[in-house]
Amino acid sequence: MSAAQLIQGNEACVKGALAAGCSFYGGYPITPSSEIAEHMVRAMPEVGGVFIQMEDEIASLAAVVGASVAGSKAMTATSGPGFSLMQEHIGFAAMAEVPCVVVNVMRGGPSTGMPTSPSQGDVMQARWGTHGDHPAIVLAPSSVGEVFDLTVKAFNLAERFRTPVILLYDEIIGHTRESVVLPDSVTVVDRVRPETATEDFWPKKAAPDGVPEMAAFGDGYRFHITGLAHDARGFPTDDSSVAEALIARLHGKIEEHTDEITEIETHMMDDAEIAIFAYGIVGRSARAAVDRARADGIKVGLIRPLTLWPFPDAQVASAARQVDTIVVAEMNLGQLIGEVERAAGGQAEIVGHLRADGEPITPTALRDVLAKFEGANA
Amino acid sequence: MTDVSERTTDVRTYLRDWAMPHVLCPGCAHGIVLRSFLEAVDQLQLDQDKVAMVAGIGCSSRLIGYVDFCTLHGTHGRAPAFATGLKLARPDLDVVVITGDGDGLAIGGNHLIHAARRNIDITVLMLNNSIYGMTGGQAAPTTPEGAVASTTPMGNTEPNFDACKLLMGAGASFVGRVFAANPIEMTKVMADGLNHAGFSFIEVVSDCPEYFGRYNRIGGGAEMLNWMAVRDEGVAGPLSEKRFVSNVTATVPAPALRTGILQREVRQVYAGVRRADDHES
Repeated sequence: MSAAQLIQGNEACVKGALAAGCSFYGGYPITPSSEIAEHMVRAMPEVGGVFIQMEDEIASLAAVVGASVAGSKAMTATSGPGFSLMQEHIGFAAMAEVPCVVVNVMRGGPSTGMPTSPSQGDVMQARWGTHGDHPAIVLAPSSVGEVFDLTVKAFNLAERFRTPVILLYDEIIGHTRESVVLPDSVTVVDRVRPETATEDFWPKKAAPDGVPEMAAFGDGYRFHITGLAHDARGFPTDDSSVAEALIARLHGKIEEHTDEITEIETHMMDDAEIAIFAYGIVGRSARAAVDRARADGIKVGLIRPLTLWPFPDAQVASAARQVDTIVVAEMNLGQLIGEVERAAGGQAEIVGHLRADGEPITPTALRDVLAKFEGANA
Repeated sequence: MTDVSERTTDVRTYLRDWAMPHVLCPGCAHGIVLRSFLEAVDQLQLDQDKVAMVAGIGCSSRLIGYVDFCTLHGTHGRAPAFATGLKLARPDLDVVVITGDGDGLAIGGNHLIHAARRNIDITVLMLNNSIYGMTGGQAAPTTPEGAVASTTPMGNTEPNFDACKLLMGAGASFVGRVFAANPIEMTKVMADGLNHAGFSFIEVVSDCPEYFGRYNRIGGGAEMLNWMAVRDEGVAGPLSEKRFVSNVTATVPAPALRTGILQREVRQVYAGVRRADDHES
């Protein structure tokens, strides 16, 4: 293992990207993500990659898609307002099946909002921000070390499933400096390149797992990429049955492989009668609150999804059958709580602890929420 | 000057037969433009595997579906941004953008001027038919004042862009304008643009008989091509001779347009922030 280093979340993101093989960064400045660009501009030349500051966030993700089509592992980073501008190309990348990583370091919204304050206000935007029915993979780290791990995972999933992957964390994680020991090496996944004869290559003919092989422009395969509904040859069609099969495959390749995607941490859940469901920075406050409450005899546990989408339905349903109450804590006015309610299916009481004022949810606040359960099961 | 006898390959070599028939309307000059471009590719003997065409949304953008290169049909107006990432990641590719006047100058204007400013080594062909064709004939930033479109039924009250002046102002190191009625000049200027090291912008004045021609009572494809034939040396006449009568504004003469290469200069080619020894790759 390497020595410990004191770095902020945005730096860990860059280190994770480098470990995963990123060789293209295109972005546009926005607080609180800009450190990612400022580190990337130095890092990319060192690994033979390319950095470009584009004219806006729309162009940033377009350039990333262009670089990925050329065979590069490519990423961009932004925050809420810029993330809104990127939605057009998140949809394009989903439809055209172009691997890429989009980092959204969340700040207070809506609109320009509170640029230097944290929030978790973009959870639903990450899932549904682009138009049309599409799958989404969204990862939510809760520490600097986890930013590194999940950045690597984001690239790997993007390559594995030929899809955009969104890494979602907030301003606190982005800017907090923590001592981390990063691994010397990580598992790296690369897109599957075709080996068929060039004349037999159909760019959207899927393998049995639903993921087509991906050739790079310039490697001798001449093919078409489009955001229009298209057939296995990659060519536009208005045949509804072909479009239906395409949309079904785009969803299926993700939904049928949640075992490769879903990551969830539980803490003190074995005998829990109450659970706190929290992610990102709030997951850390929740863990501290659980430990304090446990010391006081409250049978509470933590459910912390590292994968927000696909939503961990099965794990939440299982927890709901076990506990009486799930407290959902998030720094917004109620985004994932609806998903928890849906997945719980009425098996547990769902209580929200929500705030969207640019301030974090503290361990003390969550311990206070748990106070009302004190004595009930002690 | 292009001589047909110099051609070494049938341009159909560069087409995807299996993708036909195409979506263009009868009388649309975009096919003539595409052929002239393929003649230029052939003259220069570009490696077919290394030509990448990028397009946005609109009639002109659909052309890339029919050419047997690597083709990226992106989003509305964003082709120069897709092309920028593509070219930076694979500098060995000849990257060509096909855009339209609405795609390139309205929704994509920002991307176009910044690509020009950087002087990235791509070639942009902007097919200007003075109207939004794909969506049904709405006014574009190139629709002449007074001209009728489906969103300017009483005549357009907005001034229009001179795309070449705009791109020269943005710093494009190669700017040309050609008319679809003059395929030989088209091929020559396109070949020069492809050969140019740096950002090349070529405005191709094409036609839209289906909407622009019909709405403004100009006629079909043949009449529109006649209308745009070069009258004086280097100056094409169509818009200067046509006066659009508006109910809102006075009769407005459209400006005469110079054709040929309007700007060509040697400037540092943009390669992104990368290792110094990678610049020449």
